[in-house]
Amino acid sequence: MQVRDLTKGTGEWLRGIGPKSDVVISSRIRLARNVAGFPFLTRCTARDRQALQVQASAAIAQCNLGPAVEFLDLQPLRDIDRQLLVERHLISKPHAALEGARGVALSKDETLSIMVNEEDHLRIQVLRSGLQLADAWAQIGPIDDQLEQRLHWAFHPRFGYLTACPTNVGTGIRVSVMLHLPALKLTGEIEKVFRAAKELRLAVRGLYGEGTEATGDFYQVSNQTTLGRTEEQLLEQFEQAVVPRIIEYEQHARRMLLTERTVALDDKIFRALGLLRNARLLTGDEALFLLSHVRLGVHLGRISDVDMAKVNELFLLTQPAHLQMILGKELDGDQRRAARAHFIRQKLGAG
Amino acid sequence: MKCDQCSRPATVHLTEIRGGKKFEKNLCEQCAAKLGSTQGVGHTPINELLSKFVMEHSGVQTEPPAACEHCGITWAEFRQTGLLGCATDYDLFERDLAPLIQRAHEGATHHLGKAPGSKAETGAIQKRHVDLAKMKKELRRAVEAEDYERAAALRDEIRDVEQQGAV
Repeated sequence: MQVRDLTKGTGEWLRGIGPKSDVVISSRIRLARNVAGFPFLTRCTARDRQALQVQASAAIAQCNLGPAVEFLDLQPLRDIDRQLLVERHLISKPHAALEGARGVALSKDETLSIMVNEEDHLRIQVLRSGLQLADAWAQIGPIDDQLEQRLHWAFHPRFGYLTACPTNVGTGIRVSVMLHLPALKLTGEIEKVFRAAKELRLAVRGLYGEGTEATGDFYQVSNQTTLGRTEEQLLEQFEQAVVPRIIEYEQHARRMLLTERTVALDDKIFRALGLLRNARLLTGDEALFLLSHVRLGVHLGRISDVDMAKVNELFLLTQPAHLQMILGKELDGDQRRAARAHFIRQKLGAG
Repeated sequence: MKCDQCSRPATVHLTEIRGGKKFEKNLCEQCAAKLGSTQGVGHTPINELLSKFVMEHSGVQTEPPAACEHCGITWAEFRQTGLLGCATDYDLFERDLAPLIQRAHEGATHHLGKAPGSKAETGAIQKRHVDLAKMKKELRRAVEAEDYERAAALRDEIRDVEQQGAV
């Protein structure tokens, strides 16, 4: 598999389809697992890491994990290749930056990625467009079972699946949904969502997880507690209680803006579109910010000559690694800003 | 009964086995103290037991175990990084880890959910856990609502379920 080939599409997470995709960009479930008999990665020697990678990739190859799953050794890749995988949510930032033997198994449709030698020996992740957690769980459960038969997970009768960090112990599950909440941001009500999430012990993060800012009005909501509750209970909380309420809240704010603050709303939307169609230099954050307003405008029917799929695609393709990969050359910061603005003008049609 | 050594009433009764033969002693408190028999080897005075119990349940740390013989990590090293070294550490440091884990997971102390291998068995245990958790929640709600009749019934149900298996 060539990392470069991935840039031809948007991958699963920004496809922009699936239930509730006006607000829910994507759903993700991740399971943290460690192989019994090996120390956790902080205490692994280079040989341990290598042995783990060999065993894990062999087990993945032996399992029937769906069509076109390939193992990618991350160590020999260029930084930009690894960065591209981060931008597509297929590996984490730390996984890209780490040293030593590590890899990732990917399905061609980018719904499955299994990180090997990240913080835990394996981190199995399933992605879906829109709100499709039940579907993601139906895929990841059997994958975990199949791998378990070949790798034997470290498991404790009291603490469940053992993880390097005790905050992930138990189910080792992280359920997260990526939400697009521009209206709540514009009305200033986003703080209420943060407070409610905090009360429910849910984390709210930015586009690329831990330690990233919420750019482009993207918010990733995920569980923090992994012990004492079954996977089904957690999924039910997300799919029945938490997410529908935030969706409703965002939709309410969108309706309110549309009926009561139409001119102010249109100003935001068309100002954003105007900038994107005319700017000559754009930073990544600015592009995300403007695209977010355009996405809102397209969804509310205020903008009719821009296709939603194109907006979703631009969110991803204007990220630094994607941009450089598409243009086929390395660019410094200034060159990137110019190239980004040029690329967007081409895609949206200059005004 | 009178003390073997003096004429005061005997309140300390000792049985010693020496060379397969049984020796019985009946002493008054004073004579027993003189012979040092009230704190015989292997007995822990009640106050020491109590303070140890209190310490263990108050989160005050007594000396944690030395480094893990498998991965070499010490408790201090774990506290610095927040990452454990191997699966054995969960047993080795269980006493010190358990309260941390409990705090990080909304008071939960035991795993519920998927488990590798013998699914039927763990399934039954887990179902009991889930049922118990539900009943305890309901009990709290009943008490809050001052529905004491319902609360009493729930308390009995919880006791029954708890007695059914070592949960």
